Amino acid sequence: MITRLEDKELKRMSRRQLLKLVPVAALGVFAFPKVSDRLVAAGVRFSDWAAGETFRRQHLAQTYADSQVVPFEKFPYNGYDVLDPEVDLEKWTLTVEGDVQHPGEYMLAQIQALPKISQNTRHVCVEGWDVVGSFGGSRISDFLKLVGANTSARFLEVECVDDYYESIDMESALHPQSLMCYEMYGQPLDRKHGAPLRLQMPTKLGYKQAKYLDTVRITNVLKPGKTGYWEDQGYSWFGGL
Amino acid sequence: MANEESRKEKQEEKKPTPNAVPAVEPALQDKDQDDKDQNDKDQDNDACVIEAVIPKMELVDAEAVPRSGQAPSEATAAAPKAKKPEAKEKADEPELVRAAYEHPLAIRLTHWVNAISLFVMVTSGLRIFRAFPSFGPKIPEKVLLDVPKSLTLGGWLGGALQWHFTFMWFFAASGIFYVLYQIASGHFRTLLFTPRDIPGVWPMARHYFLFGPKPQQTGQYNPLQKLAYTSAIAFGALSLLTGIVLYKPAQFSWLAFLFGGFHLTRIWHFAAMCGFLAFIPGHLIMVALHGWSNFYSMLSGWKREPEYQE
Repeated sequence: MITRLEDKELKRMSRRQLLKLVPVAALGVFAFPKVSDRLVAAGVRFSDWAAGETFRRQHLAQTYADSQVVPFEKFPYNGYDVLDPEVDLEKWTLTVEGDVQHPGEYMLAQIQALPKISQNTRHVCVEGWDVVGSFGGSRISDFLKLVGANTSARFLEVECVDDYYESIDMESALHPQSLMCYEMYGQPLDRKHGAPLRLQMPTKLGYKQAKYLDTVRITNVLKPGKTGYWEDQGYSWFGGL
Repeated sequence: MANEESRKEKQEEKKPTPNAVPAVEPALQDKDQDDKDQNDKDQDNDACVIEAVIPKMELVDAEAVPRSGQAPSEATAAAPKAKKPEAKEKADEPELVRAAYEHPLAIRLTHWVNAISLFVMVTSGLRIFRAFPSFGPKIPEKVLLDVPKSLTLGGWLGGALQWHFTFMWFFAASGIFYVLYQIASGHFRTLLFTPRDIPGVWPMARHYFLFGPKPQQTGQYNPLQKLAYTSAIAFGALSLLTGIVLYKPAQFSWLAFLFGGFHLTRIWHFAAMCGFLAFIPGHLIMVALHGWSNFYSMLSGWKREPEYQE
């Protein structure tokens, strides 16, 4: 729609409209690294909050037929440091502490005595690749019952033999597909995949699936800077799928 | 509402001698005038223009935002009823500039928020892609494309993800608000590419790329522009929906299914970015070719001397 205006008038109105755009310039603060580092970290926290709020504990991740599972040789080994921290499988026990009724050392046999779940689910790496694998283990929720954990606590923290550490929200821990995994492809977990025990949660990214578990702690507080190996460097803490 | 009447009323408020305009106008009717502009602004004539222009301009300004959405159809509907004396320019009247309020504030805001977001999403997205530059299996991994680090944002995968997960909210919010605004205002008709625009694409492309004759343009955007803008919106929708799947594939498994699974979704997401990368240079070149007033209209809303007639 064309109008005819005096030049002065057009300039005046153009300026006035231009000024209304000034709030967009606020995004310019992202150009300053010191500020943007904090802002994008806050952006990830906000995303994590939104992901946590919308997480549905009863919504199952897709499972796959045996024919859709990648061959064992094509399931990548991934670690942050050494792939085989030389766990003494004979003497290995899992330390359970924190907000639980029965803290102490647990043997693998006690975990294996819980109902066994086998599932073919997708393992998604934060890098972008993914594989459908075959996993077996006990539900984390069953294990938490066994140790008398207070499931209204907020977090499950784990420490690993290779000094890796992780923490997950209780909702995700109680998800029916979240496992204390001791088998892959129907065989005991091999050393490089985290023997004797690892986390396996199809609702979480790969870096949340800590291997070579050493300690499980139920807690309401996470120490800042000690929430997870990669998370402390900037990865999303929720890491949900 | 009839243009003539409302205009008189408005003038009566501002002007001590309200009868001057209607008395003079009919005498100045000139049917041979080419200019078919139906807006009351061009009905100014030598007798009243000096006093009338200023108060009327203030009215335009006050109405500027709502007007752009609905006024064009209103003006055309009212036009046949109203008598339409047309301008006859004389040397002693103040020079009037043809201008159009092309981009309402909501469009300009979303355009710039989106432009910034898109820049961040593409550069951080390329950094994320570097972490696994393939669409095939992890084993054996083949590097499909080695994106130079200098084109990426975030420094490393974790940093890039932080940018991506922050600006995805700006990108989504501005995109959704933009589309809702376009629908609610009816403004989308000016740029939505429809089958009717198909015949106009080739002549326009011939003009741009092969120096063919310039087809006559009636609306704000030519068919090729409509095609470009409509596809840009489609790329935005595709990147948003596929992004949701990549971000939460387990929660949105039904959406992943629609895109053919997680793997294909990643390809679609990349393809949407390629769409933007095809759109942006063309868009920027056209903006550069059309000069300052065209660019400035996306900042101020007003375009000086638009190249179209309506």
